[in-house]
Amino acid sequence: MHPALSVIVFTTASGAGYGLLVWYGLLSAFSATSGDRLVALIVLPLALALVTVGLLSSTFHLGRPERAWRAFSQWRTSWLSREGICSFVTYGPAGLLLLAWIVSPAPGVLAVVLGLITAVASLVTIYCTAMIYASLKTIHQWCNAYVVPNYLALGLYSGALLLATILHLTGHGSQGVDSVVLVAGLAALVAKLGYWRFIATTRHPSSPESATGLGNIGKVRLFEAPHTEENYLMREMGFTIARKHADKLRRLSLLALFAAPLVLVLIAILTSGGAAAFALVVAVALAAAGVLVERWLFFAEARHVVTLFYGARAA
Amino acid sequence: MTSLPTIEPGQKKLGLVIDLDTCVGCHACAVNCKEWNASGHSGPLSDFQSKSDGVWFNRVHTYEAGQGETSRTVNFPRSCLHCEEPACVTVCPTGASYKRTEDGIVLVNADTCIGCKLCSWACPYGAREFDEDDGTMKKCTLCVDKIYNENLPEADRVPACVATCPAHARHFGDLGDPDSDVSQLVAERGGYELMPELGYKPVNRYLPPRPRKHGSSCGSQSGDISLIDIVAKKSASETKGAALLRWADRVLSR
Repeated sequence: MHPALSVIVFTTASGAGYGLLVWYGLLSAFSATSGDRLVALIVLPLALALVTVGLLSSTFHLGRPERAWRAFSQWRTSWLSREGICSFVTYGPAGLLLLAWIVSPAPGVLAVVLGLITAVASLVTIYCTAMIYASLKTIHQWCNAYVVPNYLALGLYSGALLLATILHLTGHGSQGVDSVVLVAGLAALVAKLGYWRFIATTRHPSSPESATGLGNIGKVRLFEAPHTEENYLMREMGFTIARKHADKLRRLSLLALFAAPLVLVLIAILTSGGAAAFALVVAVALAAAGVLVERWLFFAEARHVVTLFYGARAA
Repeated sequence: MTSLPTIEPGQKKLGLVIDLDTCVGCHACAVNCKEWNASGHSGPLSDFQSKSDGVWFNRVHTYEAGQGETSRTVNFPRSCLHCEEPACVTVCPTGASYKRTEDGIVLVNADTCIGCKLCSWACPYGAREFDEDDGTMKKCTLCVDKIYNENLPEADRVPACVATCPAHARHFGDLGDPDSDVSQLVAERGGYELMPELGYKPVNRYLPPRPRKHGSSCGSQSGDISLIDIVAKKSASETKGAALLRWADRVLSR
């Protein structure tokens, strides 16, 4: 599948934004750390900005962005529509929580209730984003049990990393939150490795034989393509990446998204003050680059069954 | 609404039956489809001149199946199959994609399509093509503006691809009615659906190439036909006349 920059930015930025809202919502509901107004006034606008950048970016993928509002109507069947609705609904509690902190130095029970609603709505939104991909039976690398855990774990990991960094930067560094980053990061790593193993060892059940129905004659090969130039289908669905390049990018994302940031988080746990904050800022920068590579690969390594009509042996 | 209409037994299911035995791969269906639809329901179908690329609802592939004597070269027209359970419709976030209750035709409302391309990702058959010029998704309409057009003589009220096919390889009708001509044809010839394993229940059917009659194939009865063998055989039985010609050729080429 063609890795469109708009969709990569959308899924990674909004994933991190909603991940941050999940953890901050929980912190707001269950921990005294959130009692700091400064933290709230940094975390909530940052999370909402990330989410907004992601959603705006996604509209660049549309042929008719001015009609984007219509996407809220088909929640009965469409995961994309559900995602759109959930993302907008989440603005409600998150915005109100921010408003509460703006007007009051101690919102009290309001912070608990709004924090919980924000956390749940954000989690549901990440789930919907993942389901857009996981519901497409045409793409084996997306329609599998690993995709939802991957999206959830990566959203939660990037959100936790952002929260830990902000807490350290504002002098509220917490070993508890840092440990959450470690756990979420390891979970995301395990999910990603499992996903890569799955797509390396399994293939889509369809074949050129089932696509053409000519399998009873024998193996089916493309003899002549319908056209001499590339068409939309080949550009959008036929994007492939050489195995050796994919391997290189996988190593890069393992290093930038997982290994280096997790070591830096460990350093932050062992040190404190400025050193810890600096380590985490570097970790955020590395993880941001790493997650973009990871998401690019998620598209580039996905093979659509329509390529079977164009000469692919398997999808 | 992108919720699918409930399909009752005997309900009208308009679709195509494509005969892979008689298709000659002339692309006339693709060209006449473009001709009609460029000014029809989904028109214009943009062409992008810089790239020799554009929106087409019909694409004619050619495949080789099998090896040796039993192998076949098969022309294979590919277009929307108007599935009974089209994922392209259910994934649509705006309701622009829909399946008509009355005849099962899958259409796109160009006025509400936002061009998110998700339907083209959901379709395994490559039936949807994005019109970059218009910013919307387009697809085969089964010539909905032709088959019901009362300004046309009744004989012309068939999809453009069917009307034009010089080999009569394309048939149009109601596949929901077991007594219709197309349903009979499918039953007679063992018509099949593409990628049934995905469960989208396509309405269109393909008729397989007829089995070859015994002994009618050219070449030897055993093993593969090889041009190299033919050349080798020929050189072994070469006559003096051929040697003379080759000598003359060598002399004249000096």
